[in-house]
Amino acid sequence: MNASILVPALVNGLTTGAIYALVALGLTLIYGVLHIINFAHGSVLMLALYGVYFLNTGLGIDPYLALPIAVPAFFILGYVLQRGVIEHTAHGRDQNILLVTLGLSIIMDNLALYFWRSDTRTIDVPYGFDVIDLGVALVPVPRAVAFGAALAIAAALWFLIGRTDLGRAIRAVARERQGARLMGIDVEHIYGLCFGIGTAVLAAAACLLLPSFYVTPQVGHAFVLVAFTTVVLGGMGSFTGALAGGLILGVVEAAGGLILGESLGQIGIFVIFILVLLFRPTGLFGGKPA
Amino acid sequence: MMSDRVKLIAVPIVLAVLAAAPLALGTGYWLGLATTTLMFALLAQAWNLLGGYGGQFSFGHALFFGTGGYVTAVLQVRLGVDPWTGLVAGTAAGAAVGAFCGALSFRYGLKGSYFALVTLAFAEVFRILATSVPFTGGGAGILIPLKVSAGNFQFADKAGFYYAVLILFAISLLVTLAVERSRFGTYLVAVRENEAAAAALGINIFRVKLGAITLSGALAALAGVFYTQFYLYLDPHIAYGAGISVEALLAPIIGGLGTLFGPLIGAIVMRVLGELAHGWTGGAPGLSLALFGLLLIIVLRFLPDGIVGLIARLGRRRHA
Amino acid sequence: MLEVSNVSRRFGGLLAVDNASLKVEQGTIAGLIGPNGAGKTTLFSMIAGAIPPSGGEIRLDGERIDGLKSHQVCHRGIGRTFQITQPFAGLSVRENIAVGAHLHHRRRADALAAAAEVAALVGMTALLDRPAAALTVAGRKRLELARALATRPRLLLLDEVMAGLNPTEITEIIGVIRGIRDSGVTVLLTEHVMQAVMSLCEQVHVLNQGRVIAAGPPSLLVTDPKVVEAYLGRAAAGRLTPGAQHAS
Repeated sequence: MNASILVPALVNGLTTGAIYALVALGLTLIYGVLHIINFAHGSVLMLALYGVYFLNTGLGIDPYLALPIAVPAFFILGYVLQRGVIEHTAHGRDQNILLVTLGLSIIMDNLALYFWRSDTRTIDVPYGFDVIDLGVALVPVPRAVAFGAALAIAAALWFLIGRTDLGRAIRAVARERQGARLMGIDVEHIYGLCFGIGTAVLAAAACLLLPSFYVTPQVGHAFVLVAFTTVVLGGMGSFTGALAGGLILGVVEAAGGLILGESLGQIGIFVIFILVLLFRPTGLFGGKPA
Repeated sequence: MMSDRVKLIAVPIVLAVLAAAPLALGTGYWLGLATTTLMFALLAQAWNLLGGYGGQFSFGHALFFGTGGYVTAVLQVRLGVDPWTGLVAGTAAGAAVGAFCGALSFRYGLKGSYFALVTLAFAEVFRILATSVPFTGGGAGILIPLKVSAGNFQFADKAGFYYAVLILFAISLLVTLAVERSRFGTYLVAVRENEAAAAALGINIFRVKLGAITLSGALAALAGVFYTQFYLYLDPHIAYGAGISVEALLAPIIGGLGTLFGPLIGAIVMRVLGELAHGWTGGAPGLSLALFGLLLIIVLRFLPDGIVGLIARLGRRRHA
Repeated sequence: MLEVSNVSRRFGGLLAVDNASLKVEQGTIAGLIGPNGAGKTTLFSMIAGAIPPSGGEIRLDGERIDGLKSHQVCHRGIGRTFQITQPFAGLSVRENIAVGAHLHHRRRADALAAAAEVAALVGMTALLDRPAAALTVAGRKRLELARALATRPRLLLLDEVMAGLNPTEITEIIGVIRGIRDSGVTVLLTEHVMQAVMSLCEQVHVLNQGRVIAAGPPSLLVTDPKVVEAYLGRAAAGRLTPGAQHAS
């Protein structure tokens, strides 16, 4: 083990971690405001990846240029899912919401399997093999772009929640739903908006991810547990936490993969997940446990 | 819903009907279908003990199923142990893993969504381990050599498998009935309904939950053992995959959480729907599972007490 | 029988109970009163094992019970009701009480029979097969009481068991509580309904801002200016108590 192997692996881990962070941001927003653990999160990411894939192979649209199409489309999808399905099935019970989102994920995963089969699909982009030379490591362009964009989106979300009127309404609803309702805030609408923002961020993640990754109907599974681990590690409802958690996990996975081999490296993430849940469920950056 | 006395009569009747089923089903495809349905009903009964009666929803029940399956497979293939001992060992392993998982989770007070997530994580950890470790055959899976004899838990006559799984299912049904009528069962339901009140009445919450997950693990492992004997092949994706975990929880929810016959009804409904979907789509993968997802959402929206609850409500309306 | 010595409880920066001490004699009915927010329920919760004290000791018949968990405290002989009733909503009244009865009866049939007996004690026989979720407030309070009684406690903690009851129901439950004491169970209750405290309690402890400010028979306490001041303020204490001296 020497620096010339370790450093590139860690840099790689950071760029992967940025994507994890992005996926986790949507999840933590949904949890922080609606207080639901969205099991369908990975499946929506999978659908977004397919969406970007087909936009590319069918209409020749570059994934980065697909952002203005995919993001609004998935915002609408998320809003509709929350207000059309989840809102009506919950009957207020926590367990039910868990199961509804599970049901949605089952439907999405398996319809994808049915329509698109389980072949692994990738896209070719002209810059797919370009690299940026950092001296200590070579970073593929798509990954570097993903890293930068993830940070930018995180910053945008932070601004939205912290500095705008909408953000204030969202924070009010997250903290005290009844009180917010009494203040005249349309809580159900806010819920829909937040879910929509969460899924919109997933669409952005998909656009950034596809150039350096692949899509299959099962790809959501791979991300969903990592996303949960990120959120739990960083603290439910904390953006900084999701960002930090994602980066940490990306690095841990890369280091673990280096030491233990590809598949066992994944275990590192789940073990961390279990440990955090058991010993520090509020995560590194605090937040309320369920 | 059903009174105690009605249940005591219903159980032998149901089992008798199930025992007579091969006469109507013949020996081919339908018998095989009934066999796997009962296997899933067994898995569902296991889940129902922890999730329905106990109110602790596990999203990773494949953890126990797969452990049972692998323990018996590995013992037979690598150590030449006979399958009936393998059955006992597999069941014990399921109980042990249940106890381990439960001790960790409940000691630290995990509930609700967090508990569901942790079970999912454990199942994934085991899946990755099974893929990476040589003695399980890794990703390629493990094959039990064909050696047909009843003593070897491989039956020439398909009916042999059917009766074997029926006996296992009957055990799970009787265990559930015994739990329902016992102090442990009452305590389990009390913990589900209201933990604070239960503790104030002298109930050791941790021990009750631990007992439930251990029992549930043992029964789920039993289903896994049967799977291994029936198909003579197991791989990490089947053993510890999401498919099993999802089927384990769908059947009790559809049939009726925390009821005696809910898991069986749910398993039958799912099988029937699965066959119908198969017929429409010509066997394309994914559609039947997608339908199950839709069924879950429909049940949650309109039938929160499952099919058993629906029957109970209709019964009450007629008597009103 | 119950001895609470210098017990405190801190929640972050808030000292909810401050060095409180009280004694409850066996076979009596004792009261714990005080204005809202005085720390009564916190003190109760510590005695019942639901939360651990930050300091001090709690002894039952000489043995320390502070720091024990709820179920262990129950096994030692303390039963409690909750201020906001906590029925097992999915079960019937009989089944609810049976959960308590199971502490002393292993077999379900025995527990169910014992439940019926306890229900008769509190006058709930007619409601035995009703679902707990369908009960009125008064019914739920009685169910709380019955369920705790079914564990055959030596000491029963009643947390505002009369809140939400109308005068008739209050009179009824006063009778029930007296009957419980007569059967040998010691009772410690917290209440806002002064009529009940006056007629039931032999000894009353007054809590204000986490501290015990007075203790004694109810007739003496109404004339204690500290007590009046705690409830009504300094000016009222000055006007209402004979030979008024301000608590300094």
